[in-house]
Amino acid sequence: MKQYLLDTYNALKTVLIGMRITFRHLFIPSVTIQYPEDKVPMTERSRNRLFVNMDDCIGCDQCARACPVSCIQIDTVKALPTESLGTTSNGKKKMLWITKFEIDIAKCCYCSLCVYPCPTECIYMTDIYEFSEFERDNLKFNFATLTESEAAEKKANLVKLQAEKAAAAAKPITPTETKQ
Amino acid sequence: MYEILTNLLNNTIIAYIISAILPLFVFILPFALFAVYLERKVSAFMQDRLGPNRTGYRGFLQTVADILKLIQKEDIVAAGTDKWFFNFAPVLVFIGSYAVFAAIPFSSIYIGTNTDIGLFYIVAVSGIAVAGILMAGWASNNKYSLIGAMRSVAQVISYEIPTALVVLTIVMITGSLNLNFISDIQTQYFWNWYIFGGPGFTVTKFLLIPFMITAFVIIYISTLAEVNRTPFDIPEAESELVAGYHTEYSGMKFAMFFLAEYANMFAVSAIVTSIFFGGYQSPFGYLGNLIGLTWLIPIEQLFWFTIKGLFFVFVQMWLRWTLPRLRVDQLMTLCWKYLIPYAFVNLIIVGIILLF
Repeated sequence: MKQYLLDTYNALKTVLIGMRITFRHLFIPSVTIQYPEDKVPMTERSRNRLFVNMDDCIGCDQCARACPVSCIQIDTVKALPTESLGTTSNGKKKMLWITKFEIDIAKCCYCSLCVYPCPTECIYMTDIYEFSEFERDNLKFNFATLTESEAAEKKANLVKLQAEKAAAAAKPITPTETKQ
Repeated sequence: MYEILTNLLNNTIIAYIISAILPLFVFILPFALFAVYLERKVSAFMQDRLGPNRTGYRGFLQTVADILKLIQKEDIVAAGTDKWFFNFAPVLVFIGSYAVFAAIPFSSIYIGTNTDIGLFYIVAVSGIAVAGILMAGWASNNKYSLIGAMRSVAQVISYEIPTALVVLTIVMITGSLNLNFISDIQTQYFWNWYIFGGPGFTVTKFLLIPFMITAFVIIYISTLAEVNRTPFDIPEAESELVAGYHTEYSGMKFAMFFLAEYANMFAVSAIVTSIFFGGYQSPFGYLGNLIGLTWLIPIEQLFWFTIKGLFFVFVQMWLRWTLPRLRVDQLMTLCWKYLIPYAFVNLIIVGIILLF
């Protein structure tokens, strides 16, 4: 009998305790973030969309080789000795024209492995994460600064230079051959 | 209300129809729309969320949008169901909860039927909903529906006993089953309410107070169980039975169950209000009496009745978002081992007090 009354008392008491807790929560401001309007700032080392700062890129292809899913495609053309491409922000001399620097974000697995090998720290993760598209092809981001015609011109320049070099190399060789 | 309309229209049939339809469109539908919104907001705030806030001002039109969605939905009737009963069950459930409103006094001039057996009628007619629920579960030809329906029937019938015992206690004190009369004698100030021992300043009043509070707690718990709400929602138990007896229902038939549930919530709150908290009576006099506008009093009474009813609906929601669901055996234990003995003891003690 005593236990019975004690049980009743405990039941009512615990219900009231629970009700007090929920009532207090009625007045606690909500923790909801109204997403499209308010956004949580991404954390410092969050991994989202890649970005390449082409001013600093030397076209070394290390990021493309580090990529486990091969989503980075780089084509480079050697610069002519007469051309000056300037230097990167940390003092490295740029030697290559980058005719193609394409990242297929649809393939990207956000592993950040391409970021570490970059000698000039020009490829990095940004905090942009809203880039959904209806067409998969729209997710191919081309970072190369050269236009197609410029790229073709650079290629033609190189081919011309190589031809000249080959021609230049061909001349001195012939006399040596004749000597032997 | 019926008498007024009869005098106004000189036609009993039209007066019947209007007074029967009025609570639905004036009260239950707006209330259900508001209560669903309130429920979602209360649950959201209790869980530190925001709740619906995109449709209309602060999400006020959310339930209207929900109803529009439900109307557009395809009405699916599964092949194995017993079509006739399947289609009739939601109507019957709604009839059960709607019929209760006939005897509830919304204000001193607005009562569906001012019948002398009001409380008895309410206790009896709310049993129709049980038949509807069992019909829904059985006709669905679905094991979850049937289990839910059987649980519901067991639960509702068990919990009608403590409800009836508490109602009996009140009837013993007032000597009337007429809800309008019961509301009417708790007039003037809140200390005349039956939760505070009823009108008049006698020794009996003060002796009754603790037993009236016990009676209130008992009837509140048992009516909560009768309308199948958490913590007594084992008939619907989402985590065990999909959705209980309305698993197979879609579109407007589902909306009927939903409407019946919310109408029931208000009905039981209204009963508790009427017998313990003065019904439509204001807790501290009327503004209409103060400034001499007698026509204002019934409107004020409707206001107080709605406020009190909504408060108890709010407490039901509050409990829903506080307590976890009871197990089936715990539910039966609570009813048969705790509520019924307490209600009986309460009844006997109140009887002894009233003898002197």
